[in-house]
Amino acid sequence: MRWLVATVAETIPETAQAVTLRLDVPDWPGHRAGQHVDVRLTAEDGYSAQRSYSIASPPGSERLELTVERIDDGEVSPYLTTVADVGDQFELRGPIGGWFVWDAVDPTPVLLVGGGSGVVPLRAMLRHHAASGSTAALHLVQSARTLGDVIYRRELEALAGPRRAVTVTLTRESPPDWTGRRGRVDAALLADVGWPPSARPRCYVCGPTGFVEAVADALVQLGHEPQRIRTERFGPTGG
Amino acid sequence: MTTSLDGNAAAGTLGALFAFDVTTAVTTCATCGDTRAVAELHAYMDATGIVLRCASCDATQLRLVLTGDRAWLDLRGIQALEARGITTAG
Repeated sequence: MRWLVATVAETIPETAQAVTLRLDVPDWPGHRAGQHVDVRLTAEDGYSAQRSYSIASPPGSERLELTVERIDDGEVSPYLTTVADVGDQFELRGPIGGWFVWDAVDPTPVLLVGGGSGVVPLRAMLRHHAASGSTAALHLVQSARTLGDVIYRRELEALAGPRRAVTVTLTRESPPDWTGRRGRVDAALLADVGWPPSARPRCYVCGPTGFVEAVADALVQLGHEPQRIRTERFGPTGG
Repeated sequence: MTTSLDGNAAAGTLGALFAFDVTTAVTTCATCGDTRAVAELHAYMDATGIVLRCASCDATQLRLVLTGDRAWLDLRGIQALEARGITTAG
């Protein structure tokens, strides 16, 4: 797979830690919702560092979007979140990964569960769902530490509709007037807001390793079939 | 290599070696017989390579060492690898 040159067209702050980069990538071959790219930064002395980032934009979007969360002692994310500006260039290759993907032609109910920046590939799925007019019933459960840490909050709220539900739960701190959920994503919360196992939804779980394992275990405990649960774990890999 | 990711993270590097997306293939662990997609294996990655471990028994299924333009691939931990949805016609 070839390395391509990406040029930053726009930077959008999402939270204090996360930034969306809108990129022009000539010869981008297109992608499926849920796939990722490898980003490679090379210093003038030839030292290079490589990390994987989920694609935030849906298939067919005009520009490729990556939402990157800053890991303060990381090698790649500090550049992407605080240094990279309009016109800057870096290398990437993709799209990568045919496992953690959702296609709009599939009418099966979908449960998406994201922790922190694990919501990024799920946002691509949600936008793909909206843009394609999919008839699949889709529910996103998003977990964040505080309200300020909820990535894409306004956008995902606006995308909610008859066939798309969004539930946000805050795990650490919530405003007194918060009307959403509080606490971690566990079996009780998933039993309240997720699809029942009898609906046989496809489940996609993305987030830090501990989050993914806890959610996948809870889904199995509720009676969901393990082979219908797809997971993607990330970091801390040095960011 | 101390942080466990999953096989999804290895897709880019493995894509340089295989003619299909190997993360969607299903392996049978040579140690315990567990079958699951490469994307669901536990991945330990650094600049020099990849170790994929069984998500059930933790045995090493795949080891890849990259040095310059050479790759050294150890698949002893995989009894069988089943690829789906590929075209075999030459």
